[in-house]
Amino acid sequence: MVIHNADRRMQVYGALLLLPAAVLLGTFAYLPTVATLVNSLFLPGFRGEPPAFVGLENYAMLVEDRTFWRVARNNLIYALGTIPTSIALALGMALFVNARLPGRGLVRMAYFTPTILPMIAAANVWMFFYAPQIGLFNKLLGALGFSGVNWLGDPGVALGSVIVMTVWKEAGFFMIFYLAALQSIPPELKEASDLEGTSRWSFFWRVTFPLLMPTTLFVLINALINAVRVVDHLFILTKGGPNNATNLLLYYVYENAFSFFDRSYAATITVVILLVLAVVATLKFTVLDRRTHYQ
Amino acid sequence: MNPDNNNQSQSDSPPSRPPDATRKHQRIRLEAVSKRWGESTAVDGIGFDVAPGEFVILLGPSGCGKSTTLRMIAGLERASAGRIHIGERDVTHLPPGDRGISMVFQSYALFPHLSVADNIVFGLRSRKVPRAEQRERLARVAELVDLEAYLERKPAQLSGGQRQRVALARAIISEHPICLMDEPLSNLDARLRGEMRREIKALQRRLGMTVIYVTHDQVEAMSMGDRVILMQDGRIVQDGTPDELYDRPATAFAAGFIGSPAMNLVTLAAAADGAVIEGEPHCSVAPHEAKGHRLGVRPEEIRLLPADAAGVPAEVIDAEYLGADSIVRLRVGSEQLRARLDGKPSVAPGAACRLQWRREAAHFFAADDGRRLAIAGHDLAAPPGRHRFESHAPHPGGPAATTSPVQDREARASSNPAGNDSPGVNR
Repeated sequence: MVIHNADRRMQVYGALLLLPAAVLLGTFAYLPTVATLVNSLFLPGFRGEPPAFVGLENYAMLVEDRTFWRVARNNLIYALGTIPTSIALALGMALFVNARLPGRGLVRMAYFTPTILPMIAAANVWMFFYAPQIGLFNKLLGALGFSGVNWLGDPGVALGSVIVMTVWKEAGFFMIFYLAALQSIPPELKEASDLEGTSRWSFFWRVTFPLLMPTTLFVLINALINAVRVVDHLFILTKGGPNNATNLLLYYVYENAFSFFDRSYAATITVVILLVLAVVATLKFTVLDRRTHYQ
Repeated sequence: MNPDNNNQSQSDSPPSRPPDATRKHQRIRLEAVSKRWGESTAVDGIGFDVAPGEFVILLGPSGCGKSTTLRMIAGLERASAGRIHIGERDVTHLPPGDRGISMVFQSYALFPHLSVADNIVFGLRSRKVPRAEQRERLARVAELVDLEAYLERKPAQLSGGQRQRVALARAIISEHPICLMDEPLSNLDARLRGEMRREIKALQRRLGMTVIYVTHDQVEAMSMGDRVILMQDGRIVQDGTPDELYDRPATAFAAGFIGSPAMNLVTLAAAADGAVIEGEPHCSVAPHEAKGHRLGVRPEEIRLLPADAAGVPAEVIDAEYLGADSIVRLRVGSEQLRARLDGKPSVAPGAACRLQWRREAAHFFAADDGRRLAIAGHDLAAPPGRHRFESHAPHPGGPAATTSPVQDREARASSNPAGNDSPGVNR
C-alpha cells in the first residue's frame, strides 16, 4: 500500500514536471490549430452576427481559386529552388571550413553572417542589389556591356531573384548543423581509410555523407518548413507581385486575413498547408529514416 | 555477406599468401626521426630497425612519443626530421595508402554505419579488388578471427572484444605484411585483454606479420613482444628482448617501468664498511663506490627471514594478500621496500625481520641520470666475517623463499666471485 502510494506520488510528480511545457504547447500550438480548423468550417459573421457553419464550402472555394493554385505552384518552385541548393551549398561550406585552412574562424563567421542578419535587414540589402537603375547587379552588368534586368519587376525573373536571396540566407544557417555533425565524426575514420588509399571523394560518399544523414534529414525538414513559412522578405522585396508571380502560401494567407479580412478563408488555406507539411514530413521520416544511421 | 561464404572458406588455406612477393619480408628502418610541434618535441631523433616477422613493442608512459612514432611510420603524421624506410623504399614523404601497412586503432575506428562485413572489406573496395575475391578473402578472415556469425551486424551491436576482432580482421584482410597497432587492447576489460593478447600473438605468428605495437602496459609488452623498445620523453631508453629489459634494465626509469609491482629503488648512503640503505647504517649492501647512487631490487627477489638471520634489518608495514602471492611492504631505515612473497606469509605489521637477495638481483643506477652502473652488490646471506656461499638453501621456518623461473636461471648463471670483504650484518 505504501509502495503503491509512493508510486502514485512519483507519477503526479512527473506529470507536474511536464505541466509547464504542456501548458505552453497547448495554448500556443495545439489550441490555435484546433481553432483554425474550426474556423475553416465557418463563414465569418458580419456586423455582429454569429459565424455561419458552412461545412467544407470554404475548401470547395479553395479548389476553384486560381490564385491559390498559382501561389501553390510558386511555392513548389520556391521549395525546389531553395532546398536542394541551400543544403548542397551548406554541406560544401561546412566541409570547406572543417578542413585546416588559414583564418578558419573568420571564414566560418563570414558564412554565418547572413543568418544573423534580421530578415528585414537582409531583404533591404538585397533591394539595393536588385534595384533596376542603381542596383549592384545591374551596375555590374552595365560595366560588362549587358543591359540590365528588372530583377524584381519582371514576372519571369522575380521568383528566381527571391530564391537566390533565400539560398544566400539559409545556407549559412544549415552549415552550422553540418559543421557540428562533421566535428562529431572521429578523425580516426579518415585515417583508417587513408591507410587503405581511399580517395577523398570515395571517403565522402562511403563514410561522411552516410554519417551526416541524420543532419541532412533534420535540415531537410527545417528547410521545408522555412520554404512554406516565408512572409517577411516578400514584404520588403515584392509584396507578392508582380501579378502574384512571387506570392507564396503564407503571404497569401496573410493577404486573405489582413488585407481582404477573410479570416475563415485564411484559416482554410492554413489547414491545407498544415496537412501538406504533415504528409511530407511523415514521408521523409519514414522513407529516409530507414536509410539513416543514428549513432 | 552471403550465406555461402562460410562453405567456401572450409577448403581455403589461411590467408598467408603474399599479395606480391616483393612486398613480403620488408624491414622497417627509422633513422633519427623527430617530431616537433612548434616548440615542444614529441619524438627526439629516434632510430631502430624492425626485422620482417618481428613483434616489436613501443612501450612507455603516456606522452613519451610512442604513438607519434607509430603514426609517423603509418604516414598519418609527417616526420619533422629523419628518414623512414620500409623495405627498399624511403617512405618518409609517401601518403599512408602507399606504404603497404595496415593499422589497428585504439578506438578501432570502425565505420558505425557499415556492417561488420562491409567494415572488413572497406579497404579492398578502395583498392578495387574484384568482388569475388573480396568475398573469398572476407570468408577466410572472418573464420580466422571467429566473426562468421556476426558479419551482418553493425559495430554498435557488438561487444568490445568483437569490435576488436573486426578491427583486426580489417588489418589482416589487406594482406599487408606490416601491421601497426596503437594500444589496441586498452578499451577491453582485464580478462578479455589476456585472451586477446594470446590471440593477437598467435595470429601474428601464423601469418608471419611484422607488428609494431604501441602500449603503456608492461604486461602486454613482456608477454607479446619479441623485442621491446622502451621510450621516455621522445627518446629510446632501452631496446631489447623482454628478458633483457627485466634482467638488465638500462636505467632507473626502465627498472621502475617493468615489473609489477615495480622494482624497489632506494638511495644508498655512505657507511664505514660500504654503501648502506639510507637510515639503516648497520648493514652494508654494496661496496663504497655505490654510495649516493640508487639500488634496485625486484620485489620478487626479496626473501623475508626471521630477525635473527643474516641480512638487512627491516620492519613489516603491512601485507596485501593477492591469492597466489602477497605484496609485503617493509620499512628499511628511511626507505620503503615491497617484497612479493608466495602464498600468504605469516607476518604481522610491526614485526622485525631480515631481508636477503641474491647478488645478481641487486641493480645499481646513477643518482644523476639514472644510468645503469657496473657495480656488484654484497652477498647478504653471508654471515659477518665469513666467506659467502652461493647457493640459497631455503631458510627453515622462512615461508618467503621465492623461486621464479628467472631467479632459477639467474642462480645457475651466477658465478662471479666479488672480493672477500665482509659484508652483511654487523650489529
